[in-house]
Amino acid sequence: MSDLSMIEAVLLTIITASTPLLLAAIGELVVERSGVLNLGVEGMMIVGAVMGFAATQATGSPYIGIVAAMISGVAMSLLFGFLTLNLMANQVATGLALTILGLGLSGMIGEAFIGQPGISLKPIAIPVLSAIPFIGPLLFNQDILVYASYGLVIAVYFVLFRSRTGLIIRAVGDNHGSAHSLGYSVIQVRYLAVMFGGACSGLAGAYLSLIYTPQWVEGMTAGRGWIALALVVFASWRPARVLIGAYLFGAVSILQFHAQAAGIGLPTQLMSALPYLATIIVLIMISRNKTLAKVNTPACLGKPFVPDR
Amino acid sequence: MRIELEKRAEHSQLMTVVSPLIAIGLTLVCGSILFVSMGYNPIDALYAYFIEPLTTSWSIEELLVKAGPLVLIAVGLSVCFLSNSWNIGAEGQFTMGALAGSIIPVLFFDFTSPLALPLMILMGILGGMAWAFIPAFLKVRFGTNEILTSLMLVYIAQYILDFLVRGPWRDPDGFNFPESRIFDAAHVLPKIGEGRLHIGMIFAVLAVLVVWWMLSRTLKGFEIKVMGETPRAGRFAGFSSNGVVWFGFLVSGGLAGLAGMAEVSGSIEQLTPVISPGYGFTAIIVAFLGRLNPIGIMFAGLLLGLSYIGGESAQVSLGLTDKVTRVFQGMLLFFVLACDTLILYRFKFASSAKSMKEAGNV
Repeated sequence: MSDLSMIEAVLLTIITASTPLLLAAIGELVVERSGVLNLGVEGMMIVGAVMGFAATQATGSPYIGIVAAMISGVAMSLLFGFLTLNLMANQVATGLALTILGLGLSGMIGEAFIGQPGISLKPIAIPVLSAIPFIGPLLFNQDILVYASYGLVIAVYFVLFRSRTGLIIRAVGDNHGSAHSLGYSVIQVRYLAVMFGGACSGLAGAYLSLIYTPQWVEGMTAGRGWIALALVVFASWRPARVLIGAYLFGAVSILQFHAQAAGIGLPTQLMSALPYLATIIVLIMISRNKTLAKVNTPACLGKPFVPDR
Repeated sequence: MRIELEKRAEHSQLMTVVSPLIAIGLTLVCGSILFVSMGYNPIDALYAYFIEPLTTSWSIEELLVKAGPLVLIAVGLSVCFLSNSWNIGAEGQFTMGALAGSIIPVLFFDFTSPLALPLMILMGILGGMAWAFIPAFLKVRFGTNEILTSLMLVYIAQYILDFLVRGPWRDPDGFNFPESRIFDAAHVLPKIGEGRLHIGMIFAVLAVLVVWWMLSRTLKGFEIKVMGETPRAGRFAGFSSNGVVWFGFLVSGGLAGLAGMAEVSGSIEQLTPVISPGYGFTAIIVAFLGRLNPIGIMFAGLLLGLSYIGGESAQVSLGLTDKVTRVFQGMLLFFVLACDTLILYRFKFASSAKSMKEAGNV
């Protein structure tokens, strides 16, 4: 194997490791921009993973699996929305509840699928472009979810910062009282944002069980939902930075594998703990800069909105 | 007709007691629907789950063995949650407490003096505290989100445990199984009675009493509650918000560490790659179901302990998958949070026609 194709192989695996993080984080970014903190990403993601796998096994089509994963992510997010937006339940606790419920449900549903070989989603080569050496296979011979992740970053950027809709979402997240006085329905905007986050988490789960490792393994999200939450903070709520952050994390987790294979001498378990350690370090670095955090954090993040009070 | 929420002038005393009961009831109803959808008779399944385990003295003992760590961890978490800090990494602090508490039985197994056990208990507490120190320090020093850091530390702790039992701490006579040596009798917590029940349960009862006394009878308890509910008022009163973070994290970390040490030394009697069926996370449910009140937590811990035993019993008697347990626990937390709304708000049924008429009269 030439050096170039070796680098290409590593980069390809980095894309695979980064995509689920990117999908989940870009969804949560919109949720948090609307002022809602949904800590249930891990739970929505794993339910998406198991439902995506189940629907694929039942129908033979991974595309139906993807749709099923999105729907189940949205269904989970609606539970969260009802509790936090209608019943004013504590968002932190409800997010935790969503994760615990999601892990439980996925374990129960997935039990029938343990050990079954899955159907992997095939890459779609974009004509002409995919023939470009080196760049072609990396960027233009990917599966639909990788393309979708790039598309989502661009779409979220334009909607949030270049459109009226984005202005409303950010207004609701920064000052729900004023947004309400202007006649916008805070609850409705937040519901839509939460559902978008659910769909993205579902997609991220589908990526894990249809592409990353095309099978069902209990607890296969392995904390990725939480890392996605950290990525949103790391990105200071900006879509382009989420993209960079997700790829940095993907790189850390893949290089850690390669270092293990190269026999770097450190115990494998300690290398496996590296992505989690990196998350903590990144959070520290970001929070050290207090003004940066203050300027970008949606002012109403995590605060319940009670109309007319 | 619309249903609106109207804020109550005061917390409803009645609902404080009734809402967890409604939540349990709703969980049982949804659980029955779940059982029917899985093709089981719901009466049989609920019986196997929640009644059958209470019919033998063996399983009642087992229930207390499971409830012990849950109550111990949850009591600590309640202190943290009341002060509005979010330590959700108790599972990691449990693991580190178990590891620190195992230093003597694994590395200094010859040290069998009567001092060994008290030292192990102390080290377990310190181990849990040390792991909770990290998110507390990061929050106080840099303002780093404690939810994410404490959770990440759970994964790191599990990898450290895995590394130790497969590597340096593996039993040299253990045929390469990933297990530490079996603890010497001098390093095992004394049993209560003939069965598996050990004095870890007494730690839990003591923790309940001490924390209850601290929260309801001391200035520290008042400080925690004020800083949790109205931090601004608390700061005017001269309370330190950093101090409350430290206190909450160190108490919850220490108790989780003690629970971990007690589980390893009292129940498993050696280190294995998996030492907890998710006690640290289930304890979050226990804390909320117990309404962050130590006495309530004691009952909640027994109920959640029952869900573990019930899962095992239903698996044996009906062949029901024990994964249902986690679903039950998740549903319960959901309903508890939903029913908490009843304490702060009352439902108002407002027909849109009527409200329009009212608007016209004004």
